[in-house]
Amino acid sequence: MTAGESVAAQAVETQTQKAAAKKQRAALLRTVGLFIFLVIVLAVLNRATHGNFLAPGNVLNVLRQIAVNAIIAVGQTLVIITAGIDLSVGSLIALTGVLMAGTLASHPSVAVGLLLAVLVGLSAGGFAGFINGLPVVRFGLPPFITTLAMMLMARGLAFMYTNGQPIEIDNHAFNSIGNGFMFPSLGHLIGIPGIPTQILVMLAVVLVGGYVLTQTRFGRYVYAIGGNEEAARLSGINVFGVKLSVYIIAGALAGLSSLLLAGHLNSGSPQSGVGYELQSIAAVVVGGTSLMGGRGSISGTFIGALLIGMLYNLMNLLSIQSYAQEVVLGAVILIAVLLDQLRRQYLTT
Amino acid sequence: MQFPGAESPPVTSAADVPYLAMRHISKSYPGVQALDDVSFDVRRGEVHALVGENGAGKSTLVKVLAGAVTADKGDVLVGGRPAAIHSPKRAEQLGIALIYQEFNLIPGLSVAENVMLGREPTRGFSIDWHQLRERAARALARLHVELPLNVEVRTLSIAQQQMVEIAKALSTDARIIVMDEPSAALTTQEVRKLFDIIAALKRDGVGIVYISHRLEEIFAIADRVTIFRDGKHVKTDALSSFTQDDMIRFMVGRNLAAHFPTLPPEPARAQPLLSVQGLTMPGRVNDISLDLYAGEIVGFAGLIGSGRTSLLRGICGADPVAAGTMLLEGKPFQPRGPHDAIEAGLALVTEDRKSQGLILGMSVRENVTLPHLADFVHRGRIDRREEAAAVAKLAADLHIRTPTLEQLVRNLSGGNQQKVVLAKWLLQKAKIICFDEPTRGIDIGAKAEIYELMSALAASGTAILMASSELPEVLGMSMRIAVMHEGRIARIFARGEGSQEEIMRYAVGTVAA
Repeated sequence: MTAGESVAAQAVETQTQKAAAKKQRAALLRTVGLFIFLVIVLAVLNRATHGNFLAPGNVLNVLRQIAVNAIIAVGQTLVIITAGIDLSVGSLIALTGVLMAGTLASHPSVAVGLLLAVLVGLSAGGFAGFINGLPVVRFGLPPFITTLAMMLMARGLAFMYTNGQPIEIDNHAFNSIGNGFMFPSLGHLIGIPGIPTQILVMLAVVLVGGYVLTQTRFGRYVYAIGGNEEAARLSGINVFGVKLSVYIIAGALAGLSSLLLAGHLNSGSPQSGVGYELQSIAAVVVGGTSLMGGRGSISGTFIGALLIGMLYNLMNLLSIQSYAQEVVLGAVILIAVLLDQLRRQYLTT
Repeated sequence: MQFPGAESPPVTSAADVPYLAMRHISKSYPGVQALDDVSFDVRRGEVHALVGENGAGKSTLVKVLAGAVTADKGDVLVGGRPAAIHSPKRAEQLGIALIYQEFNLIPGLSVAENVMLGREPTRGFSIDWHQLRERAARALARLHVELPLNVEVRTLSIAQQQMVEIAKALSTDARIIVMDEPSAALTTQEVRKLFDIIAALKRDGVGIVYISHRLEEIFAIADRVTIFRDGKHVKTDALSSFTQDDMIRFMVGRNLAAHFPTLPPEPARAQPLLSVQGLTMPGRVNDISLDLYAGEIVGFAGLIGSGRTSLLRGICGADPVAAGTMLLEGKPFQPRGPHDAIEAGLALVTEDRKSQGLILGMSVRENVTLPHLADFVHRGRIDRREEAAAVAKLAADLHIRTPTLEQLVRNLSGGNQQKVVLAKWLLQKAKIICFDEPTRGIDIGAKAEIYELMSALAASGTAILMASSELPEVLGMSMRIAVMHEGRIARIFARGEGSQEEIMRYAVGTVAA
């Protein structure tokens, strides 16, 4: 290596070191800034709501409200990291919900009914996901199209199955998953009947989802496919199987969230879950996952779902009327993603 | 002032002052001097052929002309006046039109709409369809071609699409038309038709810049020829002063740019490691048979599109193979995809590392372990520490310069990125590594390191197939050289047997296989 070359190599190295330092600085700045910002905002808001906002009962209430969205958003995150999208999850909530309610209605035994209903809900959701994914991996159809088609079909099937009427659910074991409580002794400490089962299911899904995405081969492949599908294929990754799997998982998680929703409402309704696909996408993008694929996290998605849930809750506590709530939510999503984008631009320049 | 043709002044009079003159043009990209003080001119009514190997600087010159890139140094004169071509629009205003290898047509629009694209005559706010069709028809009439104006371009043959491209150029009132490999996709008959059109354009006083690898075409239609090599101007002269052999010698005659390592001795050729019989991929590779031995490096020379890349991809399971058989260590080998090939011990280092070799948004560690991630999984969980340790060792062996293994590959230099690609396939020692353009776009230092590595791999018994457009690389690194022409192996040379000129003759097809 000549002197000139080694100088050039050194220059390149210091440059990359500088970039790395810049990145660390930015990350630190972001964490500290965000933390301070959050503390101030929460304190102000808590005061504005006369201490109601951060009351334990209310916090659990928010968590309970976001459970359905957070669960489908976990599936949505996997799909979006592979550079796909799933528009069908809202309709799948309705379809799996009425199928489960129908199953329960025809099986009076509590245990058998519960078992069959859960099986039907999850597998129907998973099968719908399979139908979503197959044309994507086999014929290269855009997932936007296949899941849009499923969104229409699933909703229509739910109405056909029920003749447009909700089906009541009187299986108490089933319903308790949606509206029951666990660990009563823990709950008594803060003056409530226990920890809502919904929240526990949600936390389990988020933790397992996060583990799978960050710790397993499957998770690494999901990122790789979203980052560069051809390079992933040439590295020997079974792109077909991994991509198909994320749609199946997203569908099955829609079935699981439907189980919570139907149990909570004691009925399966063909009208449930309208607009939930967009709520889940909102949680994913607010959580920093790129719609271009290859980048994102379950923890981010969970925070995104939490932020959106807190925002709704807060606006209710402040008696902001529901039409205005939509405006605020839309603006918050736009600003959150814009800030994320600006931060990334700063990092790459 | 020095004119390009000054070495042996052709028949000139004051009347044929070049319409277009490019003087002392230089252009460099990071790590590459693409054009080094070159001059080039075109007169009205002449066909000026521009020839050179891949990477000689032809496309860069064309891009400067088109206003797609700006030269670092030098002037362009149009009609004797200095012209700053800073945009494609400006090039069009100056009467310079380009016809690229890949057409810039909109498949869903009609012939007439494509010819007049961007210059639609209007009446009020709406397009004047009558005028549009009339002007398109006039441009096509100048070419003496019959094309329906209202059919969608997608329904036309490649040759017809090319006519539309030329008509589009004419409708801009172009006085210079640059044709970059116009015959690449045409049949012999269609090429003849193209030549008729070029002759008609000449009579109309249009100057043509004709870029082609096919020397027989150059000899059929060029008036003057300019040869580029490694970004430098080598020679400009009347066609009559060249023979084909001269031309090839001027194109390739250079000193070997890089120092190549001493290759290990050639292996005994007893039992082939890989035996390919009659491999065929329709339209790309035709009936290829070849034996590859452990510890051997076989280089593939040939022009772009001669099938080298497809052959490597077919062998490595990246693209489907239509016919033919392969034996790996004497056993039938039929990869249904890259996964099978990797399992069997094959590795493909693709020509385009950014789009096919790497996941730019992932770290060095994650990229390197991707093909063999299963090795680092214990009870379902990736052991990152083990992963990092294995990658760290490879990074040190290969001298990958990166601040940490967690650095995103996007932020590494080209040479280091290429080493990351290599590391992917060295993690678990591959039996056969297919290198496609192993040193494209990387600096000389990294090149030498990669050559050393290839040599060391061969010494350790790995077999290497290498496709390269750089002849010195093929000559310097191969134990045998397979020259490909139009999807077939035209000839196999033993080491030291073929000269650059001879290889080039087989590559351009002037010697029948």
